[in-house]
Amino acid sequence: MKTASKPTAPPPTVVRPPQAPRPGSAGRPLRRRLADQSRAYAFLLGGLLCFALFSWYPAIRAVVIAFQKYTPGAEPEWVGTANFTRVFQDPEFAAAWRNTLTFTLLALLIGFAVPFVLALVLGELRHAKAFFRVVVYLPVMIPPVVSALLWKWFYDPGAGLANEALRFLHLPTSNWSNGADTALVSLVLVATWANLGGTVLIYLAALQSIPGELYEAAELDGANIWQRIRHVTIPQTRFVILMLMLLQIIATMQVFTEPFVITGGGPENATVTVLYLIYKYAFLYNDFGGACALSVMLLVLLSAFSAAYLRLTRSGEDV
Amino acid sequence: MSSTRTLVSPLTLARPRGKALYWAVFTGVVLLFTLAFLFPVYWMTTGAMKSPDEVTRTPPTLVPERWHLSGYTDAWDLMRLPTHLWNTVVQATGAWILQLVFCTAAAYALSKLRPAFGKVVLGGILATLMVPAQALVVPKYLTVADLPLIHTSLLNDPLGIWLPAVANAFNLYLLKRFFDQLPRDVLEAAEIDGAGRLRTLWSIVLPMSRPVLGVVSIFALVAVWQDFLWPLMVFSDTDEQPISVALVQLSQNIPLTVLIAAMVIASIPMVAMFLVFQRHIIAGISAGSTKG
Repeated sequence: MKTASKPTAPPPTVVRPPQAPRPGSAGRPLRRRLADQSRAYAFLLGGLLCFALFSWYPAIRAVVIAFQKYTPGAEPEWVGTANFTRVFQDPEFAAAWRNTLTFTLLALLIGFAVPFVLALVLGELRHAKAFFRVVVYLPVMIPPVVSALLWKWFYDPGAGLANEALRFLHLPTSNWSNGADTALVSLVLVATWANLGGTVLIYLAALQSIPGELYEAAELDGANIWQRIRHVTIPQTRFVILMLMLLQIIATMQVFTEPFVITGGGPENATVTVLYLIYKYAFLYNDFGGACALSVMLLVLLSAFSAAYLRLTRSGEDV
Repeated sequence: MSSTRTLVSPLTLARPRGKALYWAVFTGVVLLFTLAFLFPVYWMTTGAMKSPDEVTRTPPTLVPERWHLSGYTDAWDLMRLPTHLWNTVVQATGAWILQLVFCTAAAYALSKLRPAFGKVVLGGILATLMVPAQALVVPKYLTVADLPLIHTSLLNDPLGIWLPAVANAFNLYLLKRFFDQLPRDVLEAAEIDGAGRLRTLWSIVLPMSRPVLGVVSIFALVAVWQDFLWPLMVFSDTDEQPISVALVQLSQNIPLTVLIAAMVIASIPMVAMFLVFQRHIIAGISAGSTKG
């Protein structure tokens, strides 16, 4: 780094110890091996139990209850696909999926473009680097509930800051989260504001790992700045971009806090999301079968994205 | 370190026009960041100090006419913030400690003790990474409400946060991958010297693993502190609710300035932790990315 005046580059947190493990020594007597095994499992036990209870069992249970009429405390009844047909016929079902997909798409467009451009610009700045990194990450550290309440206040039709800003600029005011056609976009803005810090930092790290010679070579070939972005920056960060996009899809398809806190799913179901609908089925309608049917649908879709993500990240390493 | 070449060449930046442009962009970014990220925080902190009448006034005042601290003191008493903050601290600390104990032990076993079916177990743990947690909250809730075999409910109990937090495949995998890279000779030397497994873990492995333990600790604490949906389901009892749930539940019927003050107070712990450990946190995020 050129400006070494400030200690801006801390040592990487995850350090690699110098040596790789050697293949283990085999050929021990059976009793010794049994003792080793029981000790190994003693170490594993606590973690394993928690995974079994709170990850594996609920995953199986979601699928089972999706085909049952389930009331806590009562004997569950098998109902075939009745839960699925009931959920399908709910007018909120289509709205929830439409909203979730629109939300994901908008969050992807805004949530990809804004952080990438910010990271590009920040990567070129030679001063106050630490300041920018801290400030951009600050909203991530504010509890999501607080961000949601804060923006609910900004969007307030009376004394909200959002409309004040528009008035100040002599622009027409908006209904923001209170208008059926602007509510979803308003929520995307909140989610982007609250989360882009992490994305910016990751892009920045990726940009810094691009070898400088590539830019020099491109410049010698007469490439202007746009061409350098197009032919050097983007191809070099392609992997990180794709990875973050997938992660973002997975995260935004599970959006809950913003609609729950800011709009309560309204107006006119404009911001009901799938996870919100799952919550409603379970805790408002006491319909756990319907909630699990919805969960299974969401699960299948998200698992496809997760699988793609895992394949991508694992292709980056060799284990 | 030598000078790094980025998108714009140092030569262009050295020219007068380049210099002018650079400072224009720099000023623009400073303004943008201040407006977009710092101003909302300022607005929240000062909004809590306005009078109830002033906070709803249009056009709004940039600086409170008179600085009232009553918003903060009212929030502290009326919303019983000490209770909810304490609940959050208990929930986050317990989840953190249990995760450190159980995830570290399990990761150590999977990495160094070669348990039978270790590959299968690891596969099962990694598979949970594919299943996004939020999609499973309802069956998880039903499990916590009535644990299989022992038929106990963990609802309204910090254990309902602590135990599910242990099932964190991401942190476990982070630890396992770190342990994989520890040189085996050192551990074997300890064994030859007569140290048991636990002793080796405690006095050899853990001291060597400080960086990764730090990262896992921060992830664990932040995750519980920021979570909303899961504690909303687990704690129907108001006295047990963490601050995030209590804020939303109480936001309907509380004066605006008091609510804003409570929001500020709820943000302080994590923001303070971030400012203290910012260098490690930012380095951790950046490092995690380039390793893919």
